[in-house]
Amino acid sequence: MSGQGSRPAPLAGVRVVDMTWAWAGPHGTQLLAWLGAEVIKVESHSRLDHSRMRSLMGGTLAGGPDHSPIFNDLNSNKLSITLDLRRDEARALLRRLVAVSDVLAQNMRPGVMERLGLGYDELCRVKPELVMLSQSAVGSTGPERNYAGYAPTFSALAGIADLTGYPDEPPMPLSGSVDLRVGTAGALAVLAALYERRRTGRGRHIDLSSTEVMSAMIGEAFLELSMSGRSPQRAGNRHDVMAPHGCFACAGPDEWVSIAVGGEREWAALVSVIADPAFADARFAGPEERWRNQDALDAIVERWTRARSVDAAVDALQLAGVPATRVHSEESVGLDPHLLARDFFRELEHPVVGKRRVVGTPWRFESADVGIRAPAPLIGQHNDAVLGGILGLSEAEIERLVADGVVH
Amino acid sequence: MTRPLQDRPLSGLCVLELGQMVAAPYCGKLLADLGADVIKIERPRVGDGARRRGPFPGGVPHPEKSGLFLYLNTSKRGITLDLETEAGRGIFLRLVADAAALIDDWPPGELARIGLDPDALARANPRLVHTSITPFGASGPHRDFRTHHLNVYHSSPHTTFSTPAEGAPRRAPPRAGRYLAEYDAGLSAAVGTMAAVLGALATGTGERVEVSKQEALLCLERVDIGRQINPPKPPPWTGSIGGLLRAKDGWVMVTPVQNHQWEGLVRAMGSPEWTRSEACKDEAARQAHRDEIQPRIQEWADGLTRAEIYHRLQAEGTPAGPIQTVAEVRVWPQERERDFFVEIDHPEAGAQTYPSVPYRFDDVGWTGSRAPLLGEHNREILGERLGHASGELARLAASGVI
Repeated sequence: MSGQGSRPAPLAGVRVVDMTWAWAGPHGTQLLAWLGAEVIKVESHSRLDHSRMRSLMGGTLAGGPDHSPIFNDLNSNKLSITLDLRRDEARALLRRLVAVSDVLAQNMRPGVMERLGLGYDELCRVKPELVMLSQSAVGSTGPERNYAGYAPTFSALAGIADLTGYPDEPPMPLSGSVDLRVGTAGALAVLAALYERRRTGRGRHIDLSSTEVMSAMIGEAFLELSMSGRSPQRAGNRHDVMAPHGCFACAGPDEWVSIAVGGEREWAALVSVIADPAFADARFAGPEERWRNQDALDAIVERWTRARSVDAAVDALQLAGVPATRVHSEESVGLDPHLLARDFFRELEHPVVGKRRVVGTPWRFESADVGIRAPAPLIGQHNDAVLGGILGLSEAEIERLVADGVVH
Repeated sequence: MTRPLQDRPLSGLCVLELGQMVAAPYCGKLLADLGADVIKIERPRVGDGARRRGPFPGGVPHPEKSGLFLYLNTSKRGITLDLETEAGRGIFLRLVADAAALIDDWPPGELARIGLDPDALARANPRLVHTSITPFGASGPHRDFRTHHLNVYHSSPHTTFSTPAEGAPRRAPPRAGRYLAEYDAGLSAAVGTMAAVLGALATGTGERVEVSKQEALLCLERVDIGRQINPPKPPPWTGSIGGLLRAKDGWVMVTPVQNHQWEGLVRAMGSPEWTRSEACKDEAARQAHRDEIQPRIQEWADGLTRAEIYHRLQAEGTPAGPIQTVAEVRVWPQERERDFFVEIDHPEAGAQTYPSVPYRFDDVGWTGSRAPLLGEHNREILGERLGHASGELARLAASGVI
């Protein structure tokens, strides 16, 4: 499967040693791989990336380490080698690989790399201009630095879970996508460090807190606290100024349309489409009145939406200039005509998982060959290519390492 | 600890931003906070729409006091320029000539309409990286859809860790956070932009990067979407062991996913008899007997505070996290020690507390500065940098160009 343009990908020539696992780390290095970096994932049969075996919301996966569609969705374009890092010889090989690489990414708990003799200071001895990304739950400093977490706990600690959900229901911790946000922030930090290294010749050690990534994405909520002394609260789909602002049930089963009206022009457009005489009521005369009376307002809007399919509702509203979209589910999004017209989903053939539709990339480059080119690697698939081709080990040496369990 | 300005990762990178509200300004902010010289270009007199959105101190609207604007525009310089005028476009193209990247969030086709089409931009600067952020991209049937954040947010599914109460009326999925989808698009755009900048440095030629907010969001949900759009259909999620628990003083998230993490939970609960039953023997058994196990865990949580549950579980190696309010995050000792929150003074809005950046480069965190006033750097950039005399600046101001 080819990328988007014809010129070399922007990160061509950048080599990344990928010691990340689970979701957050692997997605960050996957972004670098889509952008053209050569990403070499380091695992072993004694320490598998657990997305090869399980997931938070899916439980244990069937089949072996090469059967996981989840792993495939988070590790495309990468190479895989297997080193048992409990062995001195494996760690020596890792150092040799770092010496000929540009970036090392890892998301083990703070201190683990140091205990393996693979801390930033040690790796700098073999590669002084190394860019190293260390991602953890709450950062590598502070009293809780050794605490572990998953996506939902990051969102809980960060403040965003408490802001998500209906006021009369429990908060809603976000799930896996939080990890992918963390990975995206990690990729940005690596790119910034690579830019700097080009200018100064110097590397960097980046300490990234997964929880802080999420707090930064509700930044203005902290400004509200600072300005008013009040802690903001969750409000379902409602907005602090706009009304109507919500999701409305349509005729089809489990179909919803999101409608958000900001400003008089959009209000006039909504009135022209829905044309309910009740809109002339004094309760809806201005934006403040509409905001105060939005329960009544929403009821009128929903009376209209319930009488039509979500597509008919979106079409009529958009035609008049009212911001409205279908509320997508994980299933309906796969059939979205707009995304199909843009060829957003790609088909990826994996030797074990088979042919699967995968979600595309967050950007399209006009000129460079950026994108999803290859499925996630089988475990150890590139041992020969990396140990032989990059480190120059002979076939006999590699065989010996396999027999000794160093390559495992 | 502030290092010299030229010592920041993106020092020397000049970026122009034509952005409003959240997505494009967040993209610019991410680069600016890392040291790039981001010049924000606003419409004369009106400025970025975020200036008219709160929160405001005392709830009183003021274009220089919007918390949304102040947060999303830190570390930038600001000028005003009317791109609908020929003089404005002329100045803009001179800025383009010196910039490494341009970030815009104009509707598809709008820049071309006023003469700033790809060819004109490439003539001004063949090495320019031009990132365009739009709700649905530059092609396809929804290209011209009008949206606010809510619409963009719901144009992608979003998985949350919640198990609806039995028999509760079906409600629409609520949005996450405040403007999360817009932040997402901005973060993804920053990655694409920086990669393209590195590519342009390597090849000497520019690049156009298209970011559809919807696609940026979908990419983040790729795993869960992948499960639904490929056979076989996964069984419905019945809730996890642990998950969201109610403590004495609020909610706490507990995720004993792997076996050793479950064992940590068992120890934290004091190894009660019931945890030695067949129903608890492995992950599959526990999931099958979730209905019996979950109330037991909740019973344990009933008697404890969030902090007690959090620290006890973490001491046993089991991931957990209290649901913290924004105010609680602000005074959380972990972030205090990491100096995550910084106080930034502003001539109109005063000193306010901001979240800083989620990464430290060699232990250095925040090195940024406050958001610009509307047109604050007109003289500095148009005068000193482009060499417009002060009389000329006055004339441009009088005619509404700046």
